[in-house]
Amino acid sequence: MSDTTTAAAQAGGPPQISQISEAVIRIAGNSQDGIQAIGGFLARLAGRSEQEVMTFMTIPSTISGGPSIFQVRIGSGEVLSAGDEADVLLCFYQHSYEGHLGSLKKGGIVLYDSDHVKEIKPENETKYRHIGLPISSLVVEAIGGTGRDKGKNVYALGLIAKMFNLEVPKLHRLLQERFAGKDPKVAETAIAAFNGGYSHTLAAAAELFKFKPGENIGQNQIVMGGNEALAYGLIAAGVRFGAGYPITPWSDIMELLRKELPKYGGSFIQCEDEIASVSMAIGASWGGRVAVTGSSGPGIALKTEAIGWAVMAEVPLVVVDVQRGGPSTGMPTNVEQSDLNIACFGGHGDSPRVVIAPSSVEDCFYTAIEAVNIARKYSTPVIIITDQGIATRIEAFKMPELNKICQDITPDFTPVADHKPYDLAAPDGVTRHLAPGTRVASGKYPIVTGLEHDELGHPTGSPKLHLQMTAKRRNKLRKLGAELPVPAVFGPPEGQVLLISWGSSKGPVEEAVKQARAAGNAVSSLHIKYLNPMPNGLEKIFEGFSHVFVVELNDEGLYGYGQLAALLRARYCDSKIRGITKVDGLTWKVREILDRVNVMTK
Amino acid sequence: MPTLAFPSEALTRTGSLNVGSVPPLADADRKPLMKKDVAADHPTWCPGCGDFSVLALYFKLIEKRKMHHEKITTVAGIGCSSRFPYFVQAHGAHFIHGRALPFASGVSLSRPDLHVFVFGGDGDAFSIGGNHFTHTARKNVKMTYCVMDNNVYGLTKNQTSPTSPIGYKSKTDVWGSGDRPINPMKQAIAAGATFVARTTHTNPNHVLQIMEAAMDHDGFSFIECLSECVEFYPGAFDGANPRKGGQFPLVPENHDVTDEYAAYQLSEDLMPGKFGIFYKVSRPTKNANEAKIISTNREKFAALPDWQILQKNFDRMK
Repeated sequence: MSDTTTAAAQAGGPPQISQISEAVIRIAGNSQDGIQAIGGFLARLAGRSEQEVMTFMTIPSTISGGPSIFQVRIGSGEVLSAGDEADVLLCFYQHSYEGHLGSLKKGGIVLYDSDHVKEIKPENETKYRHIGLPISSLVVEAIGGTGRDKGKNVYALGLIAKMFNLEVPKLHRLLQERFAGKDPKVAETAIAAFNGGYSHTLAAAAELFKFKPGENIGQNQIVMGGNEALAYGLIAAGVRFGAGYPITPWSDIMELLRKELPKYGGSFIQCEDEIASVSMAIGASWGGRVAVTGSSGPGIALKTEAIGWAVMAEVPLVVVDVQRGGPSTGMPTNVEQSDLNIACFGGHGDSPRVVIAPSSVEDCFYTAIEAVNIARKYSTPVIIITDQGIATRIEAFKMPELNKICQDITPDFTPVADHKPYDLAAPDGVTRHLAPGTRVASGKYPIVTGLEHDELGHPTGSPKLHLQMTAKRRNKLRKLGAELPVPAVFGPPEGQVLLISWGSSKGPVEEAVKQARAAGNAVSSLHIKYLNPMPNGLEKIFEGFSHVFVVELNDEGLYGYGQLAALLRARYCDSKIRGITKVDGLTWKVREILDRVNVMTK
Repeated sequence: MPTLAFPSEALTRTGSLNVGSVPPLADADRKPLMKKDVAADHPTWCPGCGDFSVLALYFKLIEKRKMHHEKITTVAGIGCSSRFPYFVQAHGAHFIHGRALPFASGVSLSRPDLHVFVFGGDGDAFSIGGNHFTHTARKNVKMTYCVMDNNVYGLTKNQTSPTSPIGYKSKTDVWGSGDRPINPMKQAIAAGATFVARTTHTNPNHVLQIMEAAMDHDGFSFIECLSECVEFYPGAFDGANPRKGGQFPLVPENHDVTDEYAAYQLSEDLMPGKFGIFYKVSRPTKNANEAKIISTNREKFAALPDWQILQKNFDRMK
């Protein structure tokens, strides 16, 4: 809310309304309070109001209860990260008040439930603008005694709507859509709770706000989370079979595919374990149509042997890894980017495979389609490595042109004269499999196998064939590397510092670049989406900078570099490549990146 | 809309061997397959191995049932017996140790037009793949699983297997195995397999008869076929071989194959035990359940192209 024009409230009069271009709102409570629902409504409203929006949330890994937050940043212009500090903090309990007051910017507004938040330190009252309302009691007043905690979130949404002059009819419609199909009383109660909050005068507030019109005017926007976008991307790509085992935060994807795929004639199977799910997906892929499996950290570790088989047999496959804090059970609901090594190298033997990381919710949708196309074109497993920072984040993005982008990848069963899947003389060097059920007129049928094999897939102990086949599996991905688009530098192509990002760190890193440049520092950034193989020509980009810092959410490791930094150093032997890493389980704050850059360039 | 770096492409299917189109061939014009048409690599098994007989009877089954090459799908895990797909001239997959069943489930569930045969050994089925055995049986995924049980690990050269009897001396139990062996029949019945049968490699007619019945069963059909390892456990099944002084007792004619408890009781005796179909019931397959879910879901969208189905969802997310 940097451009807020402060206007003093008239004594006794209604609060002034200030025009703002963006705001960061943090809502803190417990996980059963429906906090994510309010955040979701706000994000969806922003999307429908042609605003940019980005959210950030933490959910406890406990089954019920435990602190939970949702932060939403709404902007009339480009929004790159969920925001370092909140402009408004809404808190339901004493612990949420104490735990999150530090995230509020100085002079920010804290709106609290005075039924639960009782202790306010005097020094805080001077630092932040406090507005206490007995929210819990007001909800009971608004919707009757039965509602209790149930309507609190929607009541609070009403308060926020009032504070930011949000469009009430649109919010009413969202509430109705949300509760459509349930007892109509549910929607009525929700609207009553909302109206209760909205009709509050907020007389204690010095000012109220109104967003400037969004820059995406006329743009047909869609609002969803990263996991949803990825799952829908797979459907658009033509994937019709998947198999998985529940694990946070991957489960959302499998739940969605389980529910949606039958509409398209497909199936998603819940398996007995992670190994069964990857095996089943590989079996279905061999059946003729690229299938998907996925997991998070520990589950990916279990799948590695079978992924190695898919590398060896050269069967296309898409594996989704929604990273979480590791190792082992680690931090199941926190963000980390520490699975890059297992994605690129997990497995025994030389097993080259493709690894791609989406950088935003919108990118999740398109990356899923690309992953399927790469898997087919190069007959290889492709790992989509996403992270909690995108998986649970909600964003608004432009409605994809589904009629153009949806693909049909139905297998072709036309008989062939002859077939050698592992043909060493294939002009493009890529293996092609026939779906079982395809007649081969020569009567010579191929086998797919994990043993080193000849061109028909029959096992061989020949050192010469092992050399040739190993080279074949490597070279096809080198060829892919040469076809990858070289990423564009964000900012000028020359300067002092080049920040490198991957995955969800793209937004905060680009915002850091903007802030650094505004302060007169020659900082640019480069986002690497295709991580294995990497595109060629990065060394030429590095030449333009004195420092190359790789910003990633993992540990600096034994040798002082994060996982991507170590890969880049191994490839380019360039000592100016260094790491900026952290493992606190939270996404990057812009400030943290800039502080580290300052220290490392001194 | 962002442009895709890798848009969808029409892929050539057979590399340099794609030598033009193949004329259609009417079923009536196709010659029945003979053994020589379906035999591929020469088996790598030791001379005298029981697995030869299972392979020969699989060929016979293909011949007898007039199957076409492309409709034969053979899947295996790891072990001596799991080399099976290499010896069959048909589409086949040699997967990783213990995971043949989930792989085959992926084929079966995504390709209902194929009947998948899975061959493997006792280690694959009951040790490393034990979890998958239970769940594939429970889900009743349509396929035939033939376990060639030799009571020993042969490929790795004589270690104790999950079906080795107590007292069996192997390289990992030089003083004799002390672990209670798994009873494959009981395991299959308890897991919920809908077709459970037992046979032995020394009775070819019986093997073929059981294979046919298994193939005709709509569901997960499990066959335990005793298959002697002449190298490491010779004589293991002499007790079930009348030519070696043993007996071949059939499942009694009055046995009710739908009686789970009776089937369980039949499984008590391990050697020679009974031979034939112990248990056979009809229960909806996973394949049928999925097909039903699909048809219910498709009703609402039948006339729509895929992109419009997705568009309906996206319109709700505005």
